[in-house]
Formats: sequence, structure tokens, C-alpha cells
Amino acid sequence: MEGLSRHYGAVVALDQLDLTVHPGELVALLGPSGCGKTTTLRLVAGLEDADSGHITVGGKDITRLSAAKRDMGMVFQAYSLFPHMTVRQNVAFGLRLRRVSAAQRDKRAMEMLDLVGLSTQADRYPHQISGGQQQRVALARALAIEPQVLLLDEPLSALDAKVRAQLRDEIRRIQLEVGITTLFVTHDQEEALAIADRVGVMREGRLEQLAPPTEVYSRPATSFVAEFVGLSNRLDGEVRGGEVIVRGCKLPLVEKDTPDGQVVALVRPEAMSLASQAPDSGSGPLTGTVIAITFLGATSRVTVDLGDTRVMAQLPTSEASTLAAGSRVVLAIRPDPVLVSAGADPAAAAAGEEA
Amino acid sequence: MAVAAATETGARPSRAGRRLSTPAWVGTVPFLAYVAIFLVWPTGIVVVDALKNPNGAWAFSNITELGNPLVRGYFIGSFKLCLLSSLLGAVFGAILAYAVASGDPDGTVRRLYLAVSGVLAQFGGVTLAFAFLALIGPVGLLFHASWFYSFPWGITVIYTYFQIPLMVLVFLPAIDGLKVQWREASENLGASAWQYWRHVGGPLLAPAFLGGLLLLFANALSAFATIIAWENQIAYIVPQQISTALSSEVGLSNVNVADLLALGMVIMVAIVMTGYALLQRRAARWLR
Amino acid sequence: MAALTSVGETPLTAPAGRPSGMQARRRKRLNMFRYVVFTVFGLFFLLPLLAMVRFSLEGAKLGTWSVTAWKQIASYSGTGIPPLISSIEITLELAVITCVVMLVLLVPTMIWVRLRVQWLARTMEFLCLLPLTIPAIVLVVGLGAIYNKIQHYSLSALMLFWVYVILALPYAYRALAAGLSAIDVTTLSEAARSLGASWFSVMVRVIAPNMRQAILNAVLLTAALVLGEFTIAYLLLYNNLQVELYSISRNTPNAGVLFSTSVAALLFGFALLMILSYAGRRRRGRG
Repeated sequence: MEGLSRHYGAVVALDQLDLTVHPGELVALLGPSGCGKTTTLRLVAGLEDADSGHITVGGKDITRLSAAKRDMGMVFQAYSLFPHMTVRQNVAFGLRLRRVSAAQRDKRAMEMLDLVGLSTQADRYPHQISGGQQQRVALARALAIEPQVLLLDEPLSALDAKVRAQLRDEIRRIQLEVGITTLFVTHDQEEALAIADRVGVMREGRLEQLAPPTEVYSRPATSFVAEFVGLSNRLDGEVRGGEVIVRGCKLPLVEKDTPDGQVVALVRPEAMSLASQAPDSGSGPLTGTVIAITFLGATSRVTVDLGDTRVMAQLPTSEASTLAAGSRVVLAIRPDPVLVSAGADPAAAAAGEEA
Repeated sequence: MAVAAATETGARPSRAGRRLSTPAWVGTVPFLAYVAIFLVWPTGIVVVDALKNPNGAWAFSNITELGNPLVRGYFIGSFKLCLLSSLLGAVFGAILAYAVASGDPDGTVRRLYLAVSGVLAQFGGVTLAFAFLALIGPVGLLFHASWFYSFPWGITVIYTYFQIPLMVLVFLPAIDGLKVQWREASENLGASAWQYWRHVGGPLLAPAFLGGLLLLFANALSAFATIIAWENQIAYIVPQQISTALSSEVGLSNVNVADLLALGMVIMVAIVMTGYALLQRRAARWLR
Repeated sequence: MAALTSVGETPLTAPAGRPSGMQARRRKRLNMFRYVVFTVFGLFFLLPLLAMVRFSLEGAKLGTWSVTAWKQIASYSGTGIPPLISSIEITLELAVITCVVMLVLLVPTMIWVRLRVQWLARTMEFLCLLPLTIPAIVLVVGLGAIYNKIQHYSLSALMLFWVYVILALPYAYRALAAGLSAIDVTTLSEAARSLGASWFSVMVRVIAPNMRQAILNAVLLTAALVLGEFTIAYLLLYNNLQVELYSISRNTPNAGVLFSTSVAALLFGFALLMILSYAGRRRRGRG
């Protein structure tokens, strides 16, 4: 996609978006509602028209092509199976339109159903199978026509948490097996990080960062990305000579040439660790009282009140279990590169309000 | 306790309901009683009376009376008129409903047409006949259309006038029930507009359409006022005959003729309604 | 497999605001279809009405205009039949009574069924749809016995409302059902009950206000029905508006007052519908 723009009246949905997806790659578009990720997908599918820009697939410009001719498979969020057809008929529908013979259609449909693991449900109707199964059928249906590109519009949002996790991995497995170029839209960062080859974080019609998941997570390009993907602590600090001093610790910077001055640094909870238990009367920049401990399984999130601010630290549960609300602790910050934004006032520095 | 009683999922709440010493369905008694008295009972009386002799004894042979050529003539006449106007009403009503449904769901046009349909669906009878008289009659606004007076053409047009709005009222929810995802998914899979309607939209709407058609038919069957007022017609229509039979002064036997004709109509309607109910069940599963 | 790529450097700048792609073209085609349909049907429905209006404004000689017919609505009194105005009164009163009884009967029952007796929902829908198909004639024949007794006590035509409510059921039920299904009745009522509301309060203060549009719809449809009802009144020898008009037409087939009254009745119906669309619109946020 290149230079894609779309607006609805005065609202700009997409603003000169440039995005390239490599063959066989799964790119996840991630962002809050209204950021334009679904619009992007629908523009690629041809369900909406772009105001400007091109879309090219395999070297061919398809911008002016109708949705029906675009040779893409799409999986919608919900309700997209035809209720009056069986599962098998649903999957074979695209083939039927292409005048494939009945025998061929059937064979291919069963192949696809095998791929998604639903061959036993072939003769059921959509209302007789579960939500997760329906989405799998939708996937089979999209793949049956052997499209060049697979588009997924928040396919897991309407499902239960447990099913969501399972299906997410299924989708990735199938995508890799078939090797199809895929664009996956979601607002759930966990999903995006788990299955994508590259993640594109979007905001207000623009792409903030497009990089592999690990990079997006540990080297966020903008503070919006840092805030949206994973949790961050915002701590006042001061930049001096290519490093930032945060509460007594010297930390390297992501952007080495940040000018000296007061900043707000974004520190990940996993970068914080327990240095020691503190004596009751101790004090120091990283000494504080434990306020809450949230058990998350293998790790626990500990909220500590440092007097003038609160921070979250993510600790192994084995460590966190020694703490209780009210204990005094001393924290340490691991020297990972951090992102900073200018200004000591957190309100002014807050570019993105995402939690 | 109150909250538990308010939920209705699962068996336990109903037990809680019973604990309140009156089962919940008691609340529907006023409605059911009302309907029973003023709808079910009169219909029942008619059905029963039709099968009785003037002197009160059972006479199932009365049913064979329905085979009487004169009676049959009435029914066939009714049938033709109703079928024609229903088909026209259903097809045109469906088109109009589609036009209304494809617009802004909250917009003025939709509201306007819905309300207009509500009013015009009732606008049968006397007033409608006047309107067409004004339009086509001897001193009417439009040219003299003599074909209009030959049965069943003119009266069919008049019937269609209130059949179309009724169809709009009945069919619109079905069109609304067509989810936009189905259209988009079929497009994505390569279907043209025609293919979409043929494979997806059409089959999905078919039960609702047929249901509407049936409803229109039954509605036409019962239309009576229009006939009476459209005095240019020689009324070979069942409702008219019933009226004649009722108001004629010739003895008791005519009361049973009236009942009989009414019974005939009830049978027709019963068939229609069963068909409608079956179709509705299909449509409801898909389009809700 | 194919790559989804971007091409080149400088983005294409197209004039903003007018997407010219497939979807836009399709929407334009659809809009044209709609305009054509609305015009054609609009004409079909309007023509007879316009003809009536024309006739109602007709003067003594063809081609002259006068509003006599309209003035006559209040004063007309043919020989041997009651004055027009009395039948108008009766019909209006009937409309009001029927609407009230219909609402009192249907709304609580429908809410109750929705909340607590869902297994009756199908039956209720069927019962409510039945009057549409049971010919009024049949009802008359069956009700004749009951109404004979009533006439014996010479109660007025207002007694017709018992039957009119039944006739209105199909239309009112649909309108109310549409309104009910648009709100989450269960959650609202549970919330209200947990705050201590009685069932009556729940219905009147919580659910009904959220169904305002649907209730107005139902009222409009019922009123239209009463205004237009002829068959039952005629066969039971009562004198409502339509029967009266019919009687007049038997004596004086082209009396202007016939048309003016009909037009007035229709205008009344349209006025109700205007009120309906405004009253419903006010609360409309999006969603």
C-alpha cells in the first residue's frame, strides 16, 4: 500500500499510509479503536474506496479493481457465515462461483475443513456450531479459493478468552502451513505480539511503528507505542550526556542524541527488580512501600509507593511472595535503553493517553 | 430474592417464582382471556354453527354445501382477486421495502414511508373507493378507463393500494435482518451483485417473502368494505355474499349459509396461516 | 505467494473528498434506484389522494372552487341519517378508547412475557397475528350473538372498542415487539428490581419510556385502523365515520362532503404521523 488516504467528511481515517507486506509474512495491525486499522483492511479488500493512493499485489496495481475481482480471502469478526448453507456449502461457495465442478468443490472443501480441523462438522449449519468453530469455517472458506492475500478483521474479538488463545495459535499454524501473505487486524496487543512476523502500531490514521514484535515491545519508536504495547512506568529524569538519570540510576537512551534536560522516562515493569527489603526507616529514591500485589501466574505485578509517585514492578512470583502490602522495599532498575519524552510535566509529555 | 425472581434462565428461578405462590404466566391471563372471548370464541361459534342444521342438530353434510357451484363461484372469484392483488402487492411491496431499507436507518425517508405505510394499509374500504371514484369515475380526474370497471381489474388495483403498504410493513424487518457481512463476504469470495442475490440474499429472504404473500392473501380475503363501496362491481365475492346472507330477511336457513361461507373462509385462512407459521420459523432462525 | 507491496516514492495526490472507486459507483446506482422507486410509488399513492382533494374543493359548477365541502363537515345532515359530526365524534372517541385499552392490554403483557414467561411468546405472536387473517366477517357472525345482547341494553357504538382492540392486535403487536427487541429488557428490569422497584414501576418508569417510539407507532396504527374501520360497524348496524360516509354516498353519490371528510381523516392520520416522527426523534442519540 502506498500513500493511502481515506476520509469520511472531516474525519481523516487514514493519512498517507505506506505499508509493505512481504510474501508469506503475517503483519498484524494493532491500535486503539478508530486508529484506522480496520479501514486499511477494508481498503485492501476493496470494500471501501480510497481517496488517494495505490494498492499493489504481486506487482499489479489493484486499486481500481472491484472487491469481487481482487482475489483475497477475508475473515470477518462475526456473522459472516451464510446461515442457510451447511458448513461444507459455505466453504465451497467461492469455488461454486468460479464454476468448479461439484466433485472438485467437495474435495477442496473437505481438504480445507481438514486443515482447520472441522471435517466432522461438514454437514452442520452455522447456528449449530460454536463461535470458535464458526470462525474456523470462515477461515476455511477464505482459503478455499486460494487467494493471494489473507485478510483477518479482528477474527477473535467476539470469542471467549480460552477459545481466543487456542484459535490464535491455530490461525498462525495454518498461515505458516499454507504460506500465505496475511494482514491481521486486532486491538489486542497480546494477539499481535504472539503471532505476527511484524507488528504495525497505528494511531489516528498513521503508522507509528512497523517492526518485529520484540522490537516493538523493547524498542518502541514513540511514546504512544511504548504506552500502548505493554505497561510502562513514567518517571521523571534528567538527560545528561547521552544518558538519563532516573531516580539515581543511570540508564542508556534509545535515542542517543536526545538533548540534555528534564524528561519523562518510560520504564517497563519487568526492568524493575527487587534490590532488597528495606528497613522501616530507610529512604532513598527507590525505596518505598508495597501497596498491592497482583498475582499473574508465573510473575506478579507489585505496585510500590515511592512517596512522590507510584511504580509497577513485575517480579517472579517466587520473589513477590515474600512481600506483603505494607512491606518496605528497595527497587533497582535494569539498564535497558529507555524511551524519554521531553518535559518534566507528565501531562504535557503525554502524547498518547492509552493505558 | 427479588433479583433471583427477575431472572428467567435456568430452573431455579422458576422454582423461586413458584415460591411466590403464583406462577408467572398468571400475569398473561388478562390478555389471554380478552383474546379468548373476543377472538377465539366467535370464530369457534362460526365453525360450530356452520356444521349444524337450522334446528340445532349436527349436520356435517353442510360441508358438502361448499361444493355447490354457486358457492364455488363466489370462492373462485374471491380467490382470483386475492391472488392477483397479493402477487402484485408482494412484488411491488418488496421492491419498495428494499428501497426503504437500503437507506439511512434513522433517516426521515424511512420514518416517513413506514408511517405512511401504516396509515395506508388501513386505508381500505369506503374512503379508498371514493378516492378511486374521484380519480377514474364518471367525472374523474383521469381519463375514462373502462377496463377499470371490469372485474377483476379495477378492484385489483384498488386492493393493491393497501396491499403494498402492508407488505412493506411485514417485509421490511426481514430485509433489515440481512447482515451486511453476508454481502461483504460474498463479494470478497468473488460474487457479483446478481450472484449474491441468487445464492445468498434471495434464499434468505424467500421465506419472509412467501410469508408476506400469504399474509397479503389472507388480508385480501377479508377485505369487504372496499367491495361494498365500489358499487360498480357486481360482487361475486364471498364477503359480499355473507353480508347479503346476513342481512337478507329470508328465514333461518340463511344464517347457516352465512356461517358456511364464513367457515369456508376460515378454512382458507387456516391453511394460509399454517403455511405462514412454518415459513416464519425458518426465516426467524436465519434472520434474527 | 504474492507480496503485497507499495510502489514507488511519491504518493499520488488525488482531489480530496470524492472517492471515485467501485463502492462509490455502486452507492450512486443504488441511490438512483431509490429515487426512481420512491417517485413511482409516490405517484401511485398520491394520485387518488390528490383526486380526492380536488373533488373536495369543487364548487357548484365544474371548474369552480369552493370550500363548501369542508365547511359542511361540521354541519352536514342528510335526510334520515344522523348528522356527520356525531359519527366523527363517535369515531374519535372510539379511537382514543381503543388505543388506551390496547396499550393497557398489550404493553404489560408483552413485557411480562418477555421477562418471565418466554415460552408463551410464540403463542402470543400467533394469537396477535390471527385477527389479520380471520375475516372481520367471521368475527361479526360469531360476535353477533354477544352484540345482540349488548344492543338489547342499547349501549352506544362505543362498545365497538372491544372488537377494535382485537383488530388492532397484529399491527400494534408488531410495532411494540420491534421496540421491545431493541432494548435489553431483562437487564433493565433486573437493575430496577435490585434498586427496589415494584413490577409496576419497572414497567411504567423503566421499560415503557424506552419504548416510546414503538408505543407511538402502535398508537398511530391503531388510530388509523379505527378511523378506517367499516365492516364490523356496518354489519353490526352501528354508525361510525366510515359507515356514515357510506350512507351519505348511497344518497348523494358525489357529495363534496364525502371527499372533504375523507381527506380530513387522512390529514389527521398524517398529522399523527408527523407528531410521531418528531416525538421519536428527540431522544435519538446515535445508537
